Amino acid sequence: MPTVSMTVNGKPVTGDVEARTLLVQFLRENLRLTGTHVGCDTSQCGACVIHIDGIAAKSCTTLALQCEGAKVTTIEGLAEANGPLHPMQEAFREHHGLQCGYCTPGMIMAALDIVRRRGNDLDDHTIREQLDGNICRCTGYHNIVKAIKAGAKAMAPGGASRQAAE
Amino acid sequence: MSATGIGAAVRRKEDFRFITGKGQYTDDVVRPGETRAVFVRSPHAHAKIAKIDASAAKTMPGVVAVLTGADLAGDKIGNLICGWMIHSKDGTPMKMAPHPALASGKVNHVGDAVAVVVAETLGQARDAAEKVKVDYEVLPAVVNPAKAKSGTQIHEIAPKNTIYEWSLGDAKATDAAFANAKHVTKLDIVNNRLAPIAMEPRAALAEYDAGTDQLTLWNTTQNPHVSRLVIAAFVGMAPEHKLRVIAPDVGGGFGSKIFIYPEEVVCLWAARKVRRPVKWTSDRMEAFLTDAHGRDHVTHAELALDANGKILAMRVKTIANLGAYMSTFSSSVPTYLYATLLSGQYDIPQIYCEVDAVYTNTVPVDAYRGAGRPEATFVVERLVEVAARELGLEPPELRKRNFVKSFPHQTPVIMAYDAGDYNASLKKAMEIGDVKGFNKRKRESARNGKLRGIGYSTYIEACGLAPSQAAGSLGAGVGLWESAEVRVNPTGSVEVLTGSHSHGQGHETTFAQLVSQRLGIPIDNVSIVHGDTDKVQFGMGTYGSRSGAVGMSAIVKALDKVEAKAKKVAAFMLEAAEGDIEFKDGKFTVAGTDKSAAFGDVALNAYIAHKFTGAELEPGLKETSFYDPTNFTFPAGCHICEVEIDRETGKTDIVNWTAVDDFGTVINPMIVEGQVHGGIAQGVGQALLEGVVYDANGQLVTGSLMDYTMPRAHDLPSFNLGFTETKAPSNPLGIKGCGEAGAIAAPAAVINAITDALGTEQIAMPATANAVWSALQRATPRAAA
Repeated sequence: MPTVSMTVNGKPVTGDVEARTLLVQFLRENLRLTGTHVGCDTSQCGACVIHIDGIAAKSCTTLALQCEGAKVTTIEGLAEANGPLHPMQEAFREHHGLQCGYCTPGMIMAALDIVRRRGNDLDDHTIREQLDGNICRCTGYHNIVKAIKAGAKAMAPGGASRQAAE
Repeated sequence: MSATGIGAAVRRKEDFRFITGKGQYTDDVVRPGETRAVFVRSPHAHAKIAKIDASAAKTMPGVVAVLTGADLAGDKIGNLICGWMIHSKDGTPMKMAPHPALASGKVNHVGDAVAVVVAETLGQARDAAEKVKVDYEVLPAVVNPAKAKSGTQIHEIAPKNTIYEWSLGDAKATDAAFANAKHVTKLDIVNNRLAPIAMEPRAALAEYDAGTDQLTLWNTTQNPHVSRLVIAAFVGMAPEHKLRVIAPDVGGGFGSKIFIYPEEVVCLWAARKVRRPVKWTSDRMEAFLTDAHGRDHVTHAELALDANGKILAMRVKTIANLGAYMSTFSSSVPTYLYATLLSGQYDIPQIYCEVDAVYTNTVPVDAYRGAGRPEATFVVERLVEVAARELGLEPPELRKRNFVKSFPHQTPVIMAYDAGDYNASLKKAMEIGDVKGFNKRKRESARNGKLRGIGYSTYIEACGLAPSQAAGSLGAGVGLWESAEVRVNPTGSVEVLTGSHSHGQGHETTFAQLVSQRLGIPIDNVSIVHGDTDKVQFGMGTYGSRSGAVGMSAIVKALDKVEAKAKKVAAFMLEAAEGDIEFKDGKFTVAGTDKSAAFGDVALNAYIAHKFTGAELEPGLKETSFYDPTNFTFPAGCHICEVEIDRETGKTDIVNWTAVDDFGTVINPMIVEGQVHGGIAQGVGQALLEGVVYDANGQLVTGSLMDYTMPRAHDLPSFNLGFTETKAPSNPLGIKGCGEAGAIAAPAAVINAITDALGTEQIAMPATANAVWSALQRATPRAAA
């Protein structure tokens, strides 16, 4: 079995994996980081979104072996243990941007990527268009849009609770 | 109102674990020595199984076992059942066909499980499943419910593929009312088949402890006790006390996780056979093939009115597709959850409804958010809107003329509405939605080359399922009460064990709000425990917007008992008569004195028992109650949808959505609004985007999220919400329930808006861009004002 090495949430990790092992399987089964979820098998729902070298990717359509040497960040890596929540996490709680919680890690990771690409001052239309790759069945998106807008603002330099994402 | 009490928008206690990736869903649970199960599924909609050859699969790397329906039958594992008896008009019982967890001799839908492979890893199980050779003799498939009666017979027990031919109401009196009508509005309606798609796919993890002969099942279920009851008592897997069902965090349900499915039965059976934990997690395509679908009605409906627009009678004939097998509650959905709501918010003297339920070679159909009530509301609200247009009345005006205005109101279809103010919600919605400004907005749209329409839906639903005696008299095999246990610890913190189950509804917060307010203790001192049959006394679970009205009422009853017992303890502590003890804001006082004891001190004294003897009072402070409602609750409201349609593409944009709902008492408005948002999104999905499609051979065409269109963020607007409030008189909190309202109200509002814009009633759901564009080509739109 091939060996793969990468940095996940700041820690170097190594694993022996079958070549067909998906990144999401490696994260969930080998590393027991179960915050990253699988909601479909066609790269549609976005429950599995993580960051590879700072850019959002769907871990259900990425092979673990493709990530050799990469820096991967998952939902578990956003806030330091016992530290404050990331402003985007805090915004999802404050604005009730989640119900069952299953799509939430992917939503938060996708939201951070929207901020990276489109900045801190986001209008509703932009957020809704940019969320095309993430599906939520519970919230009707109303409060997710509010949360992302507020979270993006809070992340701005001088924002309410600026904290480095990764 | 306190910052954390009833009515406060308390931020959710459960959110921390979900936003940090620490939720524990079924697939996140891992047991030592765990194996993985993969099912071999039928590629045919209808076929005889000639032969299964598992020899090659059994020799594949990592394979632990390959099991088939013959093995299941050999071990005398029983069939899955439908728990609600419906009788046909002629008095005969419904025709419930055998539903084995693995097919026995015959497959009846694409995806029907034929065998299961248990292996060390998921990859090995998948590889081996591909090596299981099954020879099929393909039979003609029955797909279209409207033609099911003339199709190939699927089950021996059900000639003409008919499960029941049921009716409700007075046919003669209804016909007589129609004979005297000045105007009759007629509609043919297809209520499109939907896939529920909770984002967490179903999963089951079963473990057998040979030392204690105990089975444990971690399962994506909305009602773990009902699951345990069915698997123990009907499937016969194990005695009830030897089976523990745990529903950990569950990622959405919407009805689809109420039911007892073959996969959890097979995992339990296989775990005991191979003496290792067995886990199965559905992938999304498997979910499309096996999760119970929703809706799927074909209906002809007629409304009789007099010259003044007063409704005289309604006549409805529906064919309901229940799929290949009768799922757990399937029989009740198109009957007692449907026809009983056909009176809508209106005073209708006569209603007659006939429902024929049929088998087809498709996935079973059962309750999906709203369950019967969205179908009823769509019939009623389309009829009323079209009748108004035909009579030249404004749709709100026709509604007002027919609203039920005095309560209680007995409808001709069983339900007795106990409280409501339908005019109030309509009026408020028309104000918030600026209906007065609609014509101006329509002209602006026209200048931009777009068609604008407005549509109303003044819906009603029956929630708080349900008074057990009433449910029993209608055929339910279970009581529909709820239970609660309130455990006060010696240090004054509280655990509430509830039979309700949260899969996104936020019970850990709302239930704690109730307890915090009632006992005068900080909300952080309250924990809500649910979803484990070893912890919680029996419970009926969460569906039908029942957790507030029924589940919280059970907690109120238990809290009453806790307070009564605590007063006895306080009386000993304060050396006063029990009748003189008062309890307010977390403090026990003796009337007319300055003597007092805090709640925590009383809790401690209940346990140390130093102030009273065992002969006088039992130590401890823990109370249980079972609450059975005295009536259904009747949430109602008005949703107004405004659409803009692009003439060139047929694309419909929802440009304005107003919802004014009467849910009775609202515990947490933030959570209730979230429930409404999600419900509307599902209703809009049904109206504009979603539809399960089978081809003529019974192959599922919409088998992935690339083919089945889920609403995404850019398909929806933000929503304008308002509330009116009439308390539900049948429960102590006055709660009516909010979980399904949006999904019930929305489809009719959308289609009423689109048909208003198009000037034709001929549009079916989902009103995709293609469907709307085609309708535009067929019809000449009413001239834009």
